[in-house]
Amino acid sequence: MKFLLMVKSVVKNLVRGPVTERYPFVPKKFFKGTRGQVLIEIKKCIFCGLCQRKCPSQAIVVTKDKKNWEIDRLRCVSCAACVDVCPVKCLAMDTKYAPCSDKRYKDAFNA
Amino acid sequence: MSKRTIVPFGPQHPVLPEPIHLDLVLEDEKVVEAIPSIGFVHRGLEKLVEKRDFIDFTYVAERICGICSFIHGLTYCMAVEELMKIEVPERAQYLRTIWSELSRIHSHLLWLGLTADAFGFENLFMQSWRLREYILDIIEETTGGRVIFGSAKIGGVRRDITPEKLDEILKKIRSYQKEMLEIGSYFLEDSTVKHRLQGIGILSKEDAQALGAVGPMLRASGVSMDIRMMGYAAYGKVGFAPVVETAGDSYARCKVRIRELDQSVDIIEKCVQQMKEGPVEIKVTGFPNGEFFARSEQPRGEVIYYAKANGTKFLQRMRVRTPTFANITPLLSVLKGCQLADVPILVLTIDPCISCAER
Ligand code: SF4
Ligand code: SF4
Repeated sequence: MKFLLMVKSVVKNLVRGPVTERYPFVPKKFFKGTRGQVLIEIKKCIFCGLCQRKCPSQAIVVTKDKKNWEIDRLRCVSCAACVDVCPVKCLAMDTKYAPCSDKRYKDAFNA
Repeated sequence: MSKRTIVPFGPQHPVLPEPIHLDLVLEDEKVVEAIPSIGFVHRGLEKLVEKRDFIDFTYVAERICGICSFIHGLTYCMAVEELMKIEVPERAQYLRTIWSELSRIHSHLLWLGLTADAFGFENLFMQSWRLREYILDIIEETTGGRVIFGSAKIGGVRRDITPEKLDEILKKIRSYQKEMLEIGSYFLEDSTVKHRLQGIGILSKEDAQALGAVGPMLRASGVSMDIRMMGYAAYGKVGFAPVVETAGDSYARCKVRIRELDQSVDIIEKCVQQMKEGPVEIKVTGFPNGEFFARSEQPRGEVIYYAKANGTKFLQRMRVRTPTFANITPLLSVLKGCQLADVPILVLTIDPCISCAER
C-alpha cells in the first residue's frame, strides 16, 4: 500500500502552472490540416455541381443557370469531401470553424 | 426478507457520461437486481444506409460513436472492401493501425479520467484528461479532426503522414508514455483507489464467456481474446498478443486498460519502423455485392459490422453490434449483490458508450 502518491504530480503542477489555454483571451492555435469551414473562390467555380452530389450532409446547393453556390453552414459536417472532389480546386478548408448561430443560415456566393 | 425499494439510476446522473437507465432493486443498500432500459439516444443510423450511397456512408459510420469514430469507419470500410474485393495498399494498412491505436490511447485515457471522477478523485481526472489532450492534438494534426478523424475511406485512407511527422509523433508519444505510466501507477498503487476498485464487481471467467463479454471486460476475467489477433489492418504484421488479467474485478479492468495504453504505444512504434513509402489509397470502381461480417477491436471491445449489398450504390442492410451492447448483460450480472455506492463505478468499468449501443 502506498499513500500520497499524487504529491509528486501536485508539486509538478504547481511549478509548471496551468496547462489549459486562457481562451478567448489567448486565441486558439489551429493545426495546418484542421478541418474548419469550407471556403470558396467563386471566380474559379465552373458550377459543375460535383460538390453538391458528393456532400454527405447535403449542405451545398449549386444553381448552374443562376451561377449561384450556396452552403448551409449548420448542415456542413466539415468532412472535406467537397474539397477533395472539386475538379478546379476552388474549394478549400479553413482551419477556423464557422461562427456559431442559433438560427439556420446560408452563405450564398454569386459569380 | 427485508423491504425492497426501487431506485431509478440514470439516464441523467452526475457520474454517467452516457444515458443508460437502470432500475435498481435494493434490499437495504444491496442491489438485488438491475433492470436496464436503453433507447434514449437512438438516431436510426442503420436505416440511413438506404438513403446514403455506400461511399458517403463512411462518414455516417464514423459518427456512430464520438470516441471510437475512426474504428467504426474503418470496420465499415473493411466490410465494403471485402465485398468489392479491394486490396488496400500496405501503407494505408499501417496508417489505419496507427490511427486505431491513437484512438485507443485517447479512449482509455478518457475512461481513466471518468473513472477517477466517479470515485471522486478530481485531480487524477484532470491529469488523465490533460494527457488525452496531447493525443488529441496529434490526431488533429494528422487527420484534421479531434475526435471525428474523417480519414477512413473505402480503398485506403484519405491522408498520408510524412516520415518526418511520423518520427516526431513517435518521439512525442514516447514522452507521453512515461507520463501515462506515472498516471497508471496512481491508479494501480494508490491505496484510496485500490479501496474503491479491488474486489468490486467480480466477473468469473465462465460468466464472462457465457454472458458474451467483450474487450477489456472479457480480458480482465482471464480470457485471452482480442480481435486484433486476427491480424486485420497491419496487426498481423506487427505481431500482437492480448493483455490479460485474471482477477475479474474492477481493478483488473483498470489494469488491462492501463497496460493496453503501453501496448498501443509499442504497436505505433513498430508500425512507424516497418512502414514503407507507397500509395495510401486505390481507386474504387463498381458497386458492392454480397454480404459480409467485418470485425475489429475497439477500445471497448469487439465491434461487428454486417453489410448486405445487392450490386447497387445503396446497401440493402447494415447492422452494427457494438461492444457496449454486448457488455450490458455481464454488467447486470456484476451489479447483482453489489452495494449501491459501487453502482456508478461498475457501470463505468464496462466503459459504456450508449450512443453507439443505440446508433
Ligand atoms: S465542385 Fe467545385 S467547380 Fe464544381 S460546383 Fe462545386 S465548387 Fe464549383
Ligand atoms: S465539408 Fe463535407 S459536409 Fe461540409 S459542405 Fe463539404 S462535403 Fe458537405
